[in-house]
Amino acid sequence: MDLSTTYLGMKLPHPLIPGASPLADELDGVRRLEDAGAPMIVLRSLFEEQLVQEQIAVHSDVDAHENAFAEALSYFPETQGFHFGPDSYLEHVQRVKRTVSVPVVASLNGTTPGGWVEYAQLIEGAGADALELNLFLVPTDPEESGLDVEDRLLVLVRAVRSHVKIPLAVKLSPFYTSLPHFARRLESEGVDALVVFNRFYEPDIDVRNQQVVRCLTLSSSGELLLRLHALAIVSGRTRMSLAVTGGVHTALDAMKAVMCGADGVQMVSALLADGLGHLASVRAQMALMLEANEYDSLAQVKGSMSLTRCPDPKAYERLNYIHILQNWRQ
Amino acid sequence: MQTRIIDGNEAAASVAYRMSEVIAIYPITPSSPMGELSDDWAAKGKPNLWGVVPDVIEMQSEAGVAGAIHGAIQTGALGTTFTASQGLLLMIPNMYKIAGELTPFVMHVAARTVATHALSIFGDHGDVMACRPTGFAILASNSPQEAHDLAAVAHAATLRGRVPFLHFFDGFRTSHELQKVRLLEDDDLTAMIGPGLVREHLARGLTPDHPVLRGTAQNPDVFFQAREAANPFYDALADHVQTAMDDLAVRTGRRYRLFDYAGAPDADRVIVMMGSGVETAQETAARLNAGGAKVGVLSVRLFRPFRIADFVAALPKTVRKIAVLDRTKEPGAIGEPLYQDVVTALREAGRDLPVVGGRYGLSSKEFTPAMVKAVYDELEKAAPKNHFTVGITDDVSHTSLAVDETFDIETGDVVRAVFYGLGSDGTVGANKNSIKIIGEGTDAEVQGYFVYDSKKSGAITISHLRFGPRPIRAPYLIRGASFVACHQWNLLSRHDVLALAEEGAVFLVNAPYEPGAVWDHLPREAQDAILAKKLRFYAIDAARVAAELGLGGRINTIMQSAFFALSDVLPREEALGKIKDAIRKSYAAKGPEIVKRNVEAVDVALSRLSRIEVPERATARDARPPVVPVEAPDFVQRITAMIVAGHGDLLPVSAFPPDGTWPTGTAKWEKRSLAAQIPIWDPTFCIQCNKCAIVCPHAAIRAKVYEPEALAGAPITFRSQEFKSREHPGLMYTIQVAPEDCTGCNVCVEACPGRDKSNPKHKAINMEPQAPVVEREREGFDFFLDLPELDRAWMTPDVKGSQLAEPLFEFSGACSGCGETPYLKLLSQLFGDRLLIANATGCSSIYGGNLPTTPWTVNRDGRGPAWSNSLFEDNAEFGLGLAVGVDAHVRLARSLLAKLSADIGETLVASLLEDAPAGEAGIRERRAQVAALRLQLRANDDPDAGRLDALADYFVPKSVWAIGGDGWAYDIGFGGLDHVMSTGRKINILVLDTEVYSNTGGQQSKSTPFGAVAKFAAAGKDVPKKDLGLMAMTYGHVYVAKVAMGAKDAQTVRAFLEAEAYPGPSLIIAYSPCIAHGYDLAFSGPQSKLAVASGQWPLYRFDPSRGLTGEPPLQLDSGHPTVSPITYMRNEARFRMAEMSDPKRFKRLLSAAATHAAHRMAIYEQLATIKVGADVRPVPPPPEPTPVETE
Repeated sequence: MDLSTTYLGMKLPHPLIPGASPLADELDGVRRLEDAGAPMIVLRSLFEEQLVQEQIAVHSDVDAHENAFAEALSYFPETQGFHFGPDSYLEHVQRVKRTVSVPVVASLNGTTPGGWVEYAQLIEGAGADALELNLFLVPTDPEESGLDVEDRLLVLVRAVRSHVKIPLAVKLSPFYTSLPHFARRLESEGVDALVVFNRFYEPDIDVRNQQVVRCLTLSSSGELLLRLHALAIVSGRTRMSLAVTGGVHTALDAMKAVMCGADGVQMVSALLADGLGHLASVRAQMALMLEANEYDSLAQVKGSMSLTRCPDPKAYERLNYIHILQNWRQ
Repeated sequence: MQTRIIDGNEAAASVAYRMSEVIAIYPITPSSPMGELSDDWAAKGKPNLWGVVPDVIEMQSEAGVAGAIHGAIQTGALGTTFTASQGLLLMIPNMYKIAGELTPFVMHVAARTVATHALSIFGDHGDVMACRPTGFAILASNSPQEAHDLAAVAHAATLRGRVPFLHFFDGFRTSHELQKVRLLEDDDLTAMIGPGLVREHLARGLTPDHPVLRGTAQNPDVFFQAREAANPFYDALADHVQTAMDDLAVRTGRRYRLFDYAGAPDADRVIVMMGSGVETAQETAARLNAGGAKVGVLSVRLFRPFRIADFVAALPKTVRKIAVLDRTKEPGAIGEPLYQDVVTALREAGRDLPVVGGRYGLSSKEFTPAMVKAVYDELEKAAPKNHFTVGITDDVSHTSLAVDETFDIETGDVVRAVFYGLGSDGTVGANKNSIKIIGEGTDAEVQGYFVYDSKKSGAITISHLRFGPRPIRAPYLIRGASFVACHQWNLLSRHDVLALAEEGAVFLVNAPYEPGAVWDHLPREAQDAILAKKLRFYAIDAARVAAELGLGGRINTIMQSAFFALSDVLPREEALGKIKDAIRKSYAAKGPEIVKRNVEAVDVALSRLSRIEVPERATARDARPPVVPVEAPDFVQRITAMIVAGHGDLLPVSAFPPDGTWPTGTAKWEKRSLAAQIPIWDPTFCIQCNKCAIVCPHAAIRAKVYEPEALAGAPITFRSQEFKSREHPGLMYTIQVAPEDCTGCNVCVEACPGRDKSNPKHKAINMEPQAPVVEREREGFDFFLDLPELDRAWMTPDVKGSQLAEPLFEFSGACSGCGETPYLKLLSQLFGDRLLIANATGCSSIYGGNLPTTPWTVNRDGRGPAWSNSLFEDNAEFGLGLAVGVDAHVRLARSLLAKLSADIGETLVASLLEDAPAGEAGIRERRAQVAALRLQLRANDDPDAGRLDALADYFVPKSVWAIGGDGWAYDIGFGGLDHVMSTGRKINILVLDTEVYSNTGGQQSKSTPFGAVAKFAAAGKDVPKKDLGLMAMTYGHVYVAKVAMGAKDAQTVRAFLEAEAYPGPSLIIAYSPCIAHGYDLAFSGPQSKLAVASGQWPLYRFDPSRGLTGEPPLQLDSGHPTVSPITYMRNEARFRMAEMSDPKRFKRLLSAAATHAAHRMAIYEQLATIKVGADVRPVPPPPEPTPVETE
């Protein structure tokens, strides 16, 4: 069965891509991913905020104690063989590129316009085949409108696009008033792929201690539905590739995503929970599923359940509970 | 020829490293950087002359170093070490052996004062002089260049002559002075030693392939002759040294002699001396000679073996009088060592010349041209004073020479710049950088010397920089500067910053005001100085620029740019370009963001720099406040205030106690106002837990309980609330900050659990800007101090109760957020009025006992901790000695009491002969009994009554504690600690465990944990931390506790109380967050919790007395790890650096750390089930003495 797909302009034997995760943090892991049949490696994000904060923290908590006391002009050995900053990430990109033959996609989460561009260029220079921009920010300013937020992101995307040549994917959070409209604006800036949606550390509340605690748990198939909806309403109305991330655990999940328009299906939690062998298993089951339903290829069903092509487009447009309510009345 | 801007330490180490195969070291100021550089070079794979990387090994003490290096060189390896002071003294036994065995070896010594009446980290020749009889050759260098050159001479000559060398230079003055040094290339060094010598050394090495025996024991029949057999080697050595010097001259043009004379060839007066002072003397002699004088200076380079012929030959024939200057003191001797040698040498050479000796420069005391002139002037007198001192005013023994302080020899073609800053603002680093920019980018000669104060928080630094067209030979502080910068505005109100400004100098200040407002905010004294000296005045709001650029308090780049813009040392554009290049280079490892922000700072700085218009007259009404408050006691007013103000040099000999005994409780008089923000109490949300007070490192936030009536006369803003207590209803409670003593560390606010439940970010204490509330809070704190202290008898034995007791350790100079000092403060609260402390050298002895002011203090009865520091290595033994001494007094007192029982009354005697009842109530009762006893004794004319009166206080039990860091307890002092524990005697030991050598700058100790980066473990330590507690438990009779106040304060308090109550030895190992861990110590509480929760710092108490009741002695106070070690480690730079440098290796270390923690916990869990039999009594009572005979 032909499961091939094209994502970010790259022809892949199948759409099941291990998403950004610790699985690719080490070369051994990267090799195992390739051996397990990963058609592409997506690396975890380089977080500008984290890099900058660590540099500033070291500057203020380590450097500030230097040359301050006669007996101890410093408290640490001279930094050796490493630099605070993006070097280790960039070296990792280079090493991964040397290690595998499949395409390597790096990810970036920036915080400043300068940072986005600078790190994007460095990542391109390190040899990444494509770059996934992790456009995650939490608007907290009551003066900033939804349009302002979108504009701000577009400025960043535009800046990056004008400085790097490799294909660009943009990974979004689910919270956009009009996803199709924003997708179109991204496309007009030259973005090559849209990835829906980011899963992030969500704040939880410690009731006893009145503290905010951050947690990240593995995804479940239940989270997929939101993403299917998003894929379906964008698919067929953009030239960008589409990818799903978050909630794909089974072949059935993957098949649904493809039917809603996904060119790439990123999996993380399922691989972390069930091991890398799960990738091949999902791939095989997808093939069986296509055969059982007498499809010719994966390409044949891709986007078949999108808003533009599905038999009941109104199902995507109506609010779910009204639909159920109407059914009940009937 | 390549030149570099380096200090004397680097100059010497650069040669020693390349000429050695084995480098054994132990950190000691001021020589530590030589070892650290060697470790750094080795870590980077830099080879020695033979193409291999030397083996750099850190030992547990200098004695260990000496043993290790002795072994290494006995195999024929080439070895070196670096040390100073007490460390050098610890090597002396091995030095005799190494020399006795004629083993080539060189040690490089940054000469430092040996501790006598006080410790001093600064420079003199006391340590070197203690090594005279060892048989080592002693070679002196007078400058960083000489430290480089003569290091090579020493390494070459030792191989030629087989006699080991002690090569020394002045600690700090040379070891830490930056100069442009002409470097010796590898080829130069190789040429100097020649090929055969190394092979010969190897051939003499111990090997089973050619076995020999060394270290025999010899008897009266042969030892003497055998000892004399080495004489020819000493006779020949001077020639070998001169040959090496000549070889050096051939290759470099720099010529040295065994004795170098400089000055008038027909001089009538000559000074003989060694060390950095030589340059001052030579430059002064040249100036005097230019004015018609006939004087000279003879520099002694090879002090041992002292070759008379060369010495005499170097002296001009015309000399009539000689003054010998020794930078050491040998009390009771006829004269100091060099003086005695010169007298003997002249006598043996048949030269009958008047010679006087004098002492100068002890503990880096300044030695200036004016002092040199004073010596020459003295020589001109008919009967010059002998055994004089110069540089001090000796109004006791009248040894000192009068000095004309106005005499100066500095020339106008040298730029002299002085910078006042804080340690934390990067001023020194920026100045080091400026020196390199100027020295390496131009032909200018440069000099940099940096003065640090002895506080670890808010430390002031003063940088002295000279730039000139000729080599700068001025190893003394600048006395007249053409550029003065004050990098911190508030220093203007604490110091006479402009005292060193010359007329017409540039004055640059970092001012937190708009340019137009700067003048009006200056204190009166500064305005007067600017006007009187016609200073060109500039200001920049560097703190604001730094804040805008996200650089925090790091104003270094901004001020450096302003300096270059104003000083004209380099063309402005060129200078700024070079600063940016330097930023890119020196901050590369810190990360691109740091580079970016600092580069930006260079440009922004210039746009914000303003010339300040100076009006015609002073306008300020406010003068600088008095150095100490007017109510401070006389001693503090006369002595301490002078030292605080930076005028300690002016104090005469009579001002000082002759035996190093100082009053305690002086820190409270030095109000430093370091904090920009301070904690303010909001009683509404306070739950009265006192956690803020217990964690405060500086006793700057305190709790008190008192009768409501005591509030009469309280300031209107004084806050109080009802004390929540069922047992003691109706009392009032206050939390009060000491606004000028707080360092603003934020640890208390982090620890505070009280919060506004509707707005939980508002706590019961909250940080607020200090300036607007300082007056109010000062008034509040004064009132708080005057409130009556709690009756200690009803202090509950817990966190809350302990913090209602008065701290007798306050306002130390420890780092902001220090993790050690809360334990000491707790100790002072629990047992302070009967506490004796033996304090190992290290951080705690520096913030505990470094002048000008010290934190240990007294209560209203005048009682408080008595404190002493003996050495680093002997502290457990010293503490045991204190305990044994106290016991001796107790025994005698009991004996006398028994003898006088008929007079005193049996009831009182019987009570006093019993053990004091437990707890504070018992102590109070016992004090009352002692008072009753005294009443009786004073009415009794029996001589024994007088003797007992002097001892009566010993019926109140004393609490003796040996305190120190992990460097002491795990490493250098472990042998003694082990022995002290083994004796079973009652002594308490507190280890303030920062897991690294903190005071000397982050070298690894045996307490450094898996995966932590430290000096000598640059990649992260790959062996586990020593389990000192477990080792102590194996004795079975030692109380052992491992505590972490930030994680479980209640367990800490319990452990302190149990340890003190336990009748045998006790050991508390206390987790102590430290700046050497590399994170914001405001978070030391949460981080301590993570240390425990991740299993990296398990908590327990091992109490042998529980065995008597059939319980297991060991109680675990923390459970299995609930978080991964990585959660703990990622928060600290010490682990993060290891992770970043080699993630794979770090992962292995991390896994090893987790496994080790699990293994350790498994052992503890097993131990916690073992019940020790009741027959293991911890300590046998000391035998009663026989009654003393009546006199």
